[in-house]
Amino acid sequence: MRSCLVVDDSKVIRKVARHILETLQFAVDEAEDGREALSRCEAKMPDVVLLDWNMPVMGGMEFLRTLRAREFPSQPKVVFCTTENDAAHIRAAIDAGADEYVMKPFDRETLESKLQIVGVA
Amino acid sequence: MELSDASARILAALLEARTGQRLAVSRRWRIESALQPFIRDHGSVDRLVAAVASDRPAGLADAVVEALLNNETFFYRDRPAFDLLLGPALSRLERLRAGTKRLRIWCAGCSTGQEAYSIAMRFAEQKPRWQGWTVDIVATDVSRGVIERARQGRYTQFEVQRGLGVGQMLRWFDEKEGQAWQLADEVRRMVRFEVRSLLDLAPPPASFDIILCRNVLLYFCADRRRTVFARLAAAATPEAVLMLGAGETVIGQTDAFAVDPECRGLYLRAAAAAPVRLAAAS
Repeated sequence: MRSCLVVDDSKVIRKVARHILETLQFAVDEAEDGREALSRCEAKMPDVVLLDWNMPVMGGMEFLRTLRAREFPSQPKVVFCTTENDAAHIRAAIDAGADEYVMKPFDRETLESKLQIVGVA
Repeated sequence: MELSDASARILAALLEARTGQRLAVSRRWRIESALQPFIRDHGSVDRLVAAVASDRPAGLADAVVEALLNNETFFYRDRPAFDLLLGPALSRLERLRAGTKRLRIWCAGCSTGQEAYSIAMRFAEQKPRWQGWTVDIVATDVSRGVIERARQGRYTQFEVQRGLGVGQMLRWFDEKEGQAWQLADEVRRMVRFEVRSLLDLAPPPASFDIILCRNVLLYFCADRRRTVFARLAAAATPEAVLMLGAGETVIGQTDAFAVDPECRGLYLRAAAAAPVRLAAAS
């Protein structure tokens, strides 16, 4: 079973994402911010990270840059999932090492297709 | 405000008469939700139905029919099937058409155009491969409204990312005011859109190598499905590939098409499928 770490400070978004991901047969873990997400990755690297942009403590971009700079045995796919929905933010995320980008709001079809595109679904 | 059986039957009959599509009275929630703005304007369902029956104001019946059509679609819908179509099936057609260097593609029941544009984008991304080829992509739908939208190639933020990878989105779409995304003219001009019912004859040139008819046949009764399959078969070249929706099949519906043994999930003209099966077995 593939694993996904959902990183978002909104409990509602984590719940919605978890529901969709579980119907897609993913094992889901959650983190409320980037720092907690890094701890989760150190403990057990997921196949894919679903990542919010704006979060307290450590935001999505700082988490992504830190993750990509660290020499983990393996790197997960990272799919940004955010309300920062303009082309400039999308390009910045891709340049920083994100593999895909989901603009909120989204639905099951959107998320499933993004996971297929990065090769984890 | 509740929709009565009688009103639901009248609206379903109107839809079937205009498009051939059936809407079960049991799915009245679909009728009610699709027609909410019309019901609000007329004050009640019964008044709306009476106005539709007399088509006053003129064009109301057309507008109601358009609202009742299910226009759900997205880019590369059912991606594994698109991978088959644009991978091995297209490579086979490329070999077969190497002499004429011409491919004709029909997206029948195209809704707002995402699947037709999915194919067009792929060709646009493989320019060196298709250098010297003529690729005609025709997309049709019974709804004038969705064809007008499709021609514009303008999608909401929600629509543009459904099925489309961010790389393709940034390459082929420009961000516009109001969270809209505009498809590049280079791709938009590759598709010719026409208002046309599946029950009518195929659009010219009526000789297609790839036909998509996805998630439409499920709305037709068995007799009309047979008619549509006959229309599709008549419009297909002997080596044509047919792509249906994920929940649709030719099995038990028509003898004109058979499962493509090399690309399961796609279909070939029945006469073409047998030699492929023999070749695959030998």
